[in-house]
Amino acid sequence: MRIDTRINGRDVVLEIEEGEFLARTLRRYGYLSVKEGCETGSCALCTVWLDNSPVLACATLSGRVSGHEITTIEAVAEEAGAFAEFMVAEGAEQCGFCSPGFTMTVLAMKRELKNPTDEEINHYLAGNLCRCSGYKGQLRAVRKFMGVK
Amino acid sequence: MMRHVGRKIPKIDGIALVKGAPAYTSDLDINNNALTVKLLRSPHASAEIVAIDKKQALAVPGVECILTYEDVPDTPFTLAGQSFPEPSPYDRRILDKWVRYVGDEVAIVAAVDEKTALEAIAKIQVTYNVLPPVLDPAEAIGNPVLVHRSQPHTNFDIGCVASKNIAAADTIGQGDVEAVLASCEVVVESRYRTQAQAHAMMETYRATTCFDVNNRLQVMSSTQIPFHVRRLLSRVLDIPRSRIKILKPRVGGGFGGKQTAAVEIFPAMVTVKTGKPARLVYTRNESFCCTTSRHAMELTVRLGSDRQGNIKAVDIYCLSDTGAYGEHAPTVFWVVGQKTMPLYAAAKAWRYHGHAVYTNKTPGGALRGYGATQGTFALESAINELAEKLAMDPAELRLHNLIREKECHGALCGSAPGHPARLESSSLAACIERGKELVGWQKNYPCRTSVDGTKRRGYGMAVTMQGSGIAGIDTGSVTLKLNEDGFFTLAHGASDMGQGSDTVLCQLAADVLEVELEQVVVTSFDLDTLPYDPGAYASSGAYVTGNAALRAALEMKEKMCLSAARLLEVAPDEVQYRDGRFLAAKGESLTLSELAGKLCSFAGKEQLVATGTFGGATSPPPFVAGFAEVEVDLMTGQCDVVDYVALVDCGTVLNKNLARIQVEGGIVMGIGLALYEDVRYSARGRLATGSFMEYKIPSRQDVGEIRVEFIESHEPTGPFGAKSIGEVVCNTPAPAIVQAIYNATGYRCRQLPATAEKILLAPGPGGQKQV
Ligand code: FES
Ligand code: FES
Repeated sequence: MRIDTRINGRDVVLEIEEGEFLARTLRRYGYLSVKEGCETGSCALCTVWLDNSPVLACATLSGRVSGHEITTIEAVAEEAGAFAEFMVAEGAEQCGFCSPGFTMTVLAMKRELKNPTDEEINHYLAGNLCRCSGYKGQLRAVRKFMGVK
Repeated sequence: MMRHVGRKIPKIDGIALVKGAPAYTSDLDINNNALTVKLLRSPHASAEIVAIDKKQALAVPGVECILTYEDVPDTPFTLAGQSFPEPSPYDRRILDKWVRYVGDEVAIVAAVDEKTALEAIAKIQVTYNVLPPVLDPAEAIGNPVLVHRSQPHTNFDIGCVASKNIAAADTIGQGDVEAVLASCEVVVESRYRTQAQAHAMMETYRATTCFDVNNRLQVMSSTQIPFHVRRLLSRVLDIPRSRIKILKPRVGGGFGGKQTAAVEIFPAMVTVKTGKPARLVYTRNESFCCTTSRHAMELTVRLGSDRQGNIKAVDIYCLSDTGAYGEHAPTVFWVVGQKTMPLYAAAKAWRYHGHAVYTNKTPGGALRGYGATQGTFALESAINELAEKLAMDPAELRLHNLIREKECHGALCGSAPGHPARLESSSLAACIERGKELVGWQKNYPCRTSVDGTKRRGYGMAVTMQGSGIAGIDTGSVTLKLNEDGFFTLAHGASDMGQGSDTVLCQLAADVLEVELEQVVVTSFDLDTLPYDPGAYASSGAYVTGNAALRAALEMKEKMCLSAARLLEVAPDEVQYRDGRFLAAKGESLTLSELAGKLCSFAGKEQLVATGTFGGATSPPPFVAGFAEVEVDLMTGQCDVVDYVALVDCGTVLNKNLARIQVEGGIVMGIGLALYEDVRYSARGRLATGSFMEYKIPSRQDVGEIRVEFIESHEPTGPFGAKSIGEVVCNTPAPAIVQAIYNATGYRCRQLPATAEKILLAPGPGGQKQV
């Protein structure tokens, strides 16, 4: 079936299969920053924005994004790049497979929280799993990126 | 002068990866119309396949092929990625008439898309003769139920006796352990169990295959062991290695899991049969259930000492559960001994012995720590128990008995009979002292009651060692090429899976060549262009491949000076190289880029290439002293690691950031092992923890403070004095945390993980009885 939607600021028509989830659709259409790490909505590697709020693309039916706006990290390269500088300065990206989804959640958090505590940060990002880094480097990068005092 | 080594240099690919640049296998294989490969798996822990009817499945439109054991070569092999001749037994086939665990492969299905492949799988009818399984490793030896009915080929004697379900066995030691133990004033004997742990790397296993334009079998794979994969496919598929092209993109985490060639053979088989591209991506469930996990072990430790705490004897018996296949069975089992026996060199009598046994479960395999993690838990727990029995500070007991620099020990990797290897570098004693300071050991140990009445805090510690590469076996190479305007290409086959070897190798080369980091570019993707390397395992990157990079760079410098002398028309010994400039004694000079330019145009005519190769005669151990502070809620059993302090000796720290993250990541993996990660099975042998819902890995909310400090020693055989870092870091949390729980509650957990439930239900002072 066909749906009309908006991805990264462009109106697009997507051909999707019934029951297909957004993570698959996006990857099929070449938005390769969207990673998948599980089948149970547990890892948040697939995080994209739906109308500017982070969602799990693996748990969002593609049929339901019709008429909505999707944003992947490709569209926020500048802001993502700014955060990436803090990440690499800490060495907090290891394999990097979790990083795009993590970054999308962090950028959304930055809009929502001002001067958050570590607890608030960890709560907001709790769903984003990372098996490599041990999370502490990510936390240091996030604190600096958010300008936490 | 060191410009890059020792600094906090960002990973060269870091920014791109964070921004989501296409870099991994599934990002690069997208345009080849590959068939989707899915595997039909055994629902039984042990069974003989009596018949397979694939007629209905083949009739599904879009199905390309269905392969069963009758359609594929019958060559026995091991999936373990090890240098040839592999120590692991050749006990598996691509597909077999016998299935040995729930999830064992029965048929390979290739179809136009996933839906079709799954539909076909549902329509394959298999008749099984279901057999009773052996699931408990303690009952495996001598059990009439056999996991393997015939003796597998082994490349040399590893003690494999399939008719007794023994995959490997060994005894090493020195002195008469029994006699010494009998004469000891104080003896501790305890049995410990370590559970199977899942790798849970974020990118699941995957590979894509096709025939390339030269009609070679091309395999793109998320692997730590590209060269071993090529050798394995060549042997099993009976295709010359020259006809196989391996591509290794960025790897989304491995932790040893991808040191086993779990997936490549299946799409390769499909491509060979059909001539078409094929792609296999494991689901998370398959990654949990049908690859490998950390070998579960039962370890019996006996320690003997005098009343003053002079340890006289160490004895460890190990029963390792290797599951259905012996991938890494002998080696993980050996490493338990290699990384525990040398630690307390004061003990002149020592013995390590035991068995790795087959059971009808998901195979054991390589996982960060590789036996050292299990062995450390047992040995260090026993040391803590001994300290208590001696009424000694466990830190003091350790300091009193530890191996010191320049001491020899026959269990150190690289020892030969009669020639124990020598420990050249260690700052472990300083690590312990500094750790005590940081946690306020003198004041706080063993425990202090916490803020409110139901919470107790406790402290614990442990030390550990690992190795740096495999002595006498694994050999890595690095090739440097001087390009026409003076930058270098560094080619290597050590698989970067996030640890940063691409970056660190460039740092090493750039320092020797006295150039900026940007002047060294790395290539590590296409095996055709890379010098041999066994791959990313055994903590070999910084030390083995690092040494190769160092040698390549030194040779390159020498070659450049020779060429410069020729072009400057002076004798070779009259040329000096400094910071990108060649200076002749008489004052003429040439810049690096001028030299490079001349060598590729009229005057010079010379392509400079230098290769360095290194294989270690020893495997210098890095060390960690770990200190845990836990808070246990006596009402719920909930244990929080509020502070973990790790003091690390990895020799010279090559890259401060990358090393620190390795430590933090390893500790968090170790915390998971200590407290909740646990691969569990149903009574009939079905793996019960096949998703992140059932198998919990640490989230960022589970991690308290982690403090890391490096206390550098200088390893004379290492590049710029460096040793490894990747594995040693996950070994101390389990014993240190378990000891801290004991000190907080009185409950000593000898069977990992120390779950809230166990803590709560434990009898004794820390159990609910006390509350
Ligand atoms: S892929 Fe794991 S939550 Fe979406
Ligand atoms: S960096 Fe590898 S999973 Fe986060």
